[in-house]
Amino acid sequence: MNRYSAFGLLRGALNGQKHWQPAWRDPEPKAHYDIIIIGGGGHGLATAYYLAKVHGLRNIAVLEKGWIGGGNTGRNTTIVRSNYRLKPLHDLFEFGLKLWHNLSDELNYNVMFSPRGAMFLGHSDADMVKLAERGDAMRCDGIDADLMTRDEVAKLEPLLDMSRNARFPIEGGLIQRRGGTARHDAVAWGYARGADSFGVDIIQKCEVNGFIRDGDAVVGVETTRGRIGAGRVGICVAGHSGHVAGLAGLKLPIESQTLQAMVTEGVKPMINSVIMSQSLHCYISQSDKGGIVFGGDPDNWPSYAQRGHPMVMEGAIAQGLALVPALSRLRMVRTWSGVTDMSFDGSPIIGETPVRNLYLNGGWCYGGFKATPASGWTYAHTLATGSPHALNAPFSLERFMTGATIDETGTGPMPNSR
Amino acid sequence: MTGPSRPNTDQDSSFIFDGMRYPARKGDTLAAALLANGIGLVGRSFKYHRPRGIMTAGVEEPNALVTVGEGGRTEPNTRATDVFVYDGLVARSQNRWPNLSLDFGAIFGLAGPVFSAGFYYKTFFGSAKRWMFYEHFIRKAAGLGNAPRDADPDRFSQRAAFCDVLVVGAGPAGIEAALEASEAGKRVILVEQDEIIGASLIRDPQEQDSAWVSESADRIRAAGGRILTRTTASGYWEHDLVTLTQRLAEPGQIPANGVAQRLWHVRAGQVILATGSSERPMAFPHNDRPGVMLSQAVRTYVRRFGVCPGQRVVIATNNDDAYLTAHALREAGAQIVAILDARPAPAGQANGFTTFNNAHPLSTKGSRHCLKSVSGLVDGVSKSWDADLLAVSGGFTPVVHLHCQAGGSLEWNDAAQAFVPAQSRQNVKTIGGAATPAAIFTSAPVVPAKKSFVDFQNDVTLADVDLAWAEGYRSVEHLKRYTTLGMATDQGKTSNMGALARLAEKQGVAIPEAGLTTFRPPYTPVTMGLFAGAAAKDAGAHKRRLALYDVHAAKKPIWQPLGYWFRPRAYPMTGENLAEAAMREARSVRTAVGMTDVSTLAKFEVSGPDAVTLLETVCATSVGKLAIGRGRYTFMLREDGFVFDDGTVWRIDENRYLLTSSTGGADRMATHLSYVRNYLHPELSVSVVNVQEHHAGIAIAGPRAKSVLAKLIGEEPPRHMSTVATKIADVAVLILAASYSGERAFEIYVDARNATPVWGACETAVVAEGGCLYGLEAMEFLRIEKGHLVVGAEIDGRMTPHDLALDKMLNKAGGFIGSAGLTRPALSEAGRRQLVGLEAVEGSIPEGSMLVTADGKSPEGHVSASAFRILEGGSIALGQLADGFLRHGEELIATSPTRGQRARVRVVAPHFYDSAGERYRD
Amino acid sequence: MMLINCPHCGPRAQSEFIYERTVDSVPPAGVSNDKAMQTLFTRGNPRGVDEEIWRHTFGCRAWMVVTRHRVTNGISHVRAVGPEALP
Repeated sequence: MNRYSAFGLLRGALNGQKHWQPAWRDPEPKAHYDIIIIGGGGHGLATAYYLAKVHGLRNIAVLEKGWIGGGNTGRNTTIVRSNYRLKPLHDLFEFGLKLWHNLSDELNYNVMFSPRGAMFLGHSDADMVKLAERGDAMRCDGIDADLMTRDEVAKLEPLLDMSRNARFPIEGGLIQRRGGTARHDAVAWGYARGADSFGVDIIQKCEVNGFIRDGDAVVGVETTRGRIGAGRVGICVAGHSGHVAGLAGLKLPIESQTLQAMVTEGVKPMINSVIMSQSLHCYISQSDKGGIVFGGDPDNWPSYAQRGHPMVMEGAIAQGLALVPALSRLRMVRTWSGVTDMSFDGSPIIGETPVRNLYLNGGWCYGGFKATPASGWTYAHTLATGSPHALNAPFSLERFMTGATIDETGTGPMPNSR
Repeated sequence: MTGPSRPNTDQDSSFIFDGMRYPARKGDTLAAALLANGIGLVGRSFKYHRPRGIMTAGVEEPNALVTVGEGGRTEPNTRATDVFVYDGLVARSQNRWPNLSLDFGAIFGLAGPVFSAGFYYKTFFGSAKRWMFYEHFIRKAAGLGNAPRDADPDRFSQRAAFCDVLVVGAGPAGIEAALEASEAGKRVILVEQDEIIGASLIRDPQEQDSAWVSESADRIRAAGGRILTRTTASGYWEHDLVTLTQRLAEPGQIPANGVAQRLWHVRAGQVILATGSSERPMAFPHNDRPGVMLSQAVRTYVRRFGVCPGQRVVIATNNDDAYLTAHALREAGAQIVAILDARPAPAGQANGFTTFNNAHPLSTKGSRHCLKSVSGLVDGVSKSWDADLLAVSGGFTPVVHLHCQAGGSLEWNDAAQAFVPAQSRQNVKTIGGAATPAAIFTSAPVVPAKKSFVDFQNDVTLADVDLAWAEGYRSVEHLKRYTTLGMATDQGKTSNMGALARLAEKQGVAIPEAGLTTFRPPYTPVTMGLFAGAAAKDAGAHKRRLALYDVHAAKKPIWQPLGYWFRPRAYPMTGENLAEAAMREARSVRTAVGMTDVSTLAKFEVSGPDAVTLLETVCATSVGKLAIGRGRYTFMLREDGFVFDDGTVWRIDENRYLLTSSTGGADRMATHLSYVRNYLHPELSVSVVNVQEHHAGIAIAGPRAKSVLAKLIGEEPPRHMSTVATKIADVAVLILAASYSGERAFEIYVDARNATPVWGACETAVVAEGGCLYGLEAMEFLRIEKGHLVVGAEIDGRMTPHDLALDKMLNKAGGFIGSAGLTRPALSEAGRRQLVGLEAVEGSIPEGSMLVTADGKSPEGHVSASAFRILEGGSIALGQLADGFLRHGEELIATSPTRGQRARVRVVAPHFYDSAGERYRD
Repeated sequence: MMLINCPHCGPRAQSEFIYERTVDSVPPAGVSNDKAMQTLFTRGNPRGVDEEIWRHTFGCRAWMVVTRHRVTNGISHVRAVGPEALP
């Protein structure tokens, strides 16, 4: 593996970029792996990386039906934060946030994690109490969170509409200063390059279309590139979890929905942090290239179409413009949609399934990107040891039947009302 | 540089570019006007800040981006080729400092080899803070124009339309299709992104000339068809819904009637795409220099705008079309120095031009940002020509965006070396040049990859494509993402095919096997304000107005948002702040009487022989034994067994019930009831009517409430939890004797249209008894002291009936929604959060604070609502605490680190006032 | 934005409707508690055709079952439910 550095870039400039090697190999699948991870997104690649790095395993394959990082890893709004109200959630995401802070060095791949602050705006006294409650829950568990006054909010984001007669006047905010954004593709590529360097086989254009069973256990997978045996198999295909689990005869507490996002043409810096809202459903940040990245609610009906609904998009933009009127004359240049695994309590599922040797990582709703390192770390632990890490133990699949759901918004089992 | 066909007479407007005023002619695009004024250098590229000119004459322009307009109308990144000059247009070049000609940013270009594709992934290591230091400068260097700082002064409108046939593109094929359909009696909409229709006919009039175009337009309109110019079909959605974006004013222009643009949602019976094709550039070193233009664009400037962009011209082509450009240039008086034709043998097009076959451009030279000479390879031998314009034609890319957005597939047309529409998924077909692009000759000329630009705006060269390949970014999506190819504001319109060809060459496969990226809306970038429309003002959220709004407004209350509603929070007297006013109001309720508006409560009338069955399905308490004229508290569970709302149920008559529930959950409850009635139990004989806004509601509470009411109705008021129908101020009212405050209280419901006189009578009576109005804040104090629950605070969607100490009221017969969910083991495990009361031992209890046993410990609960004892004083609260029922008497800390507040609290029962309910009784 | 053929009103834009839940999420009457929870907490969620419960909220407010393909959004059938649809 080439070590990446400024020196390497200089060398490339002088030798006509001749010395660069592929960031990962393009291997043929072997007959058998100790662990197979289905899904070459950020989570699957991170899982493979930590299996190799932390658990010392080497005989691992990541099977990707298309190209790595091509699912929700490449279709999100790149926001990284851990500001959840409920303890199991903020503990898991905070563990991830700590990994984010060193990830570029860890991977020797600049994932451009930029802790520019993730801010929730409050629009009423009631909002501010809710934000304080969330912040207090975080602070008591050692996670940074600060309430902001109106003036502090205005100073951080001078283009917000601070007028008192706005439909949703801004009364203040809650900021997590260690939150921010990262370069989404780089996360997949960095983990892939790291995993590959440990000998993990990353096999693209290899779709799993069945499980090989031996009694109640899974012993391998049928793929478009043949049968591959496995000691343990980990599903990691958020957006399509229901489909892949269905191949093993499992029905999941998951409904697939489309989530859209969009970006404007690049402009010089105008948005400094990640802006979210307690009452409105839009989030706004600016990419390093200058585009204003915009997201809103999921489409709220089941879909695998990777195509959004224009009215949902228009609604999110209306909310964003109400917050930042100066965005009005920018032009939206690109939209994209991801298929999200909407779980039935809004929280992910990382753990065992009723099928022996088969594990599930999914149900990330619209919040999976920021969890990538934590998801990989805990899933690797689960796959390596056969039992969950303390951080993902609460996120078991069985919690829906036992009632130990982790429902941040208290919305209940219907994902479309989330 | 003005060509002979551009008359000098009607220079009827002027514009300003980088502070200088220039003349322009009606119908000019900004690009045409700039060229006419001899301005070749228009912008700087994104990454290397290379000088760039005008390359195209259409929406695919990657280079000539300018900022247009002033103040809140400023539109950065406007393509000079896609804005028509209006008098007073102000344009500024962007992404340069200090000016366009001398741009310090060009230093990035000198260090270009270091800034190879994906360089930023390979450096800037260290802590996240350190990356942010580098990032600060990267962000400043990136971006293109500056966004406006001011609010947008203009409006954007939206309109829906239906038609039988929507034709996109008003070139010869589109006009013909629209004409045929409209004369066949179909409702037709024809859209054209240009200011005038005709498309290629404007540039190349043939048998169908401008007279045919205008005659056809007249006939389409006469047959009832609608022609929308300056309108782009930008998105193709489900079931043949197409969004159109219509410019009513040019970028930066003050709109005539205040509306800058209009967004159309058109549902079409059929969509015909006559979107034509766009010309491809060629890749060779320094192909990005100002003075290198696409061949058809050159012809457009000469023929349509009367502007000849060069006098000594080299043409490079792989097809016949570029010869039309040679003719046009010759007619305009320019000299064709050489035609470099990639095809090996003469193709009968020469017509006296100096033509070289098997010839490819190799490089360009320039000085002061102008083209000076072009070198090429002819039969492998290098040659050079002095020239001030190089017109290139690398073939044609059909505009298939809408076809693909509609879910259609593409197939490879080998002769044209292009993807063309194959299967359609919706009711759409593609005709004309977009379906059958012109044939070209393919060759893969061996040119150095360095500085051979493929994506001009983002400065992606063949060398970058090669590097991405070498590093393993081999899927077309990886290539795109690693190099940023096709991610610029031109959305890859000129770059995708060039890069794809290189990728296929690297892979050793045919282009169709190399893959293709997805086409997603919008076709061309769309102004954000247009998507938002009028909703930008209020975030798309309406306001719901109380029936008694005017009555309240006259008293100048402090308002509080509650869902879509705004309700009085308190009615301060002169000099009072919110807390003082609320405490005075609450005290009045405790000691005398108060009245408040409770109109927003959810209310449902449930009637029919099966009313009880329906109610006992929705409510977790029993309803059947209720006597006529009586009511009781109830609560509802979700299917998973958690409490999600509460309220009261009243038996008004034999088979008639009134169900109330929370304001915040009103819409959710309406849907829930409708679901139960219509989907789960269509067989029941029952009617459920949402009467939330039909009835206004007034609550009168306090020790003197009974005597107030007796005066108002002239009879003995109903007992607690009883109801009576009577009249106040001669208006029919329904009175429910229910108490939320903990005092003897009555809720008076009246037809919302007649509420004002009833309110007036009540207020007079209340004031006469020494009472006052109270708002939500006082109501909150009262209910907390009494230990009543609120949806959104104590009822947070995660609590079971047992957690809220409601389990004794559960309907023992079962059968209600949620009864199955309740049986899950975790809903009765130890360690659950349970409702508790909290009283301060020291300090005052912050609402929303965490309950901890000691500083530094993880929270075991939280404060859901806090208040002060109304008469005795002292801070009290309700909260949720792990195993709270067993911990009464324990001391905890209620801490709010974010506010720097804390209190020592004692866990107590959640009833601070009249826990025996003595005060309800008469 | 889809076009949904309301059994009572005819074809209407999707923006008039609200999706509520899938048919397979509704526990049949009289099943055991366990079975009811299994039904509530699992979905077929097919990458293909499924039956969905929608409501014409901003129209006639009636409930209906829409048979729809989750990838192509093709709607093959819309069936009225509710008291008015009883035989």
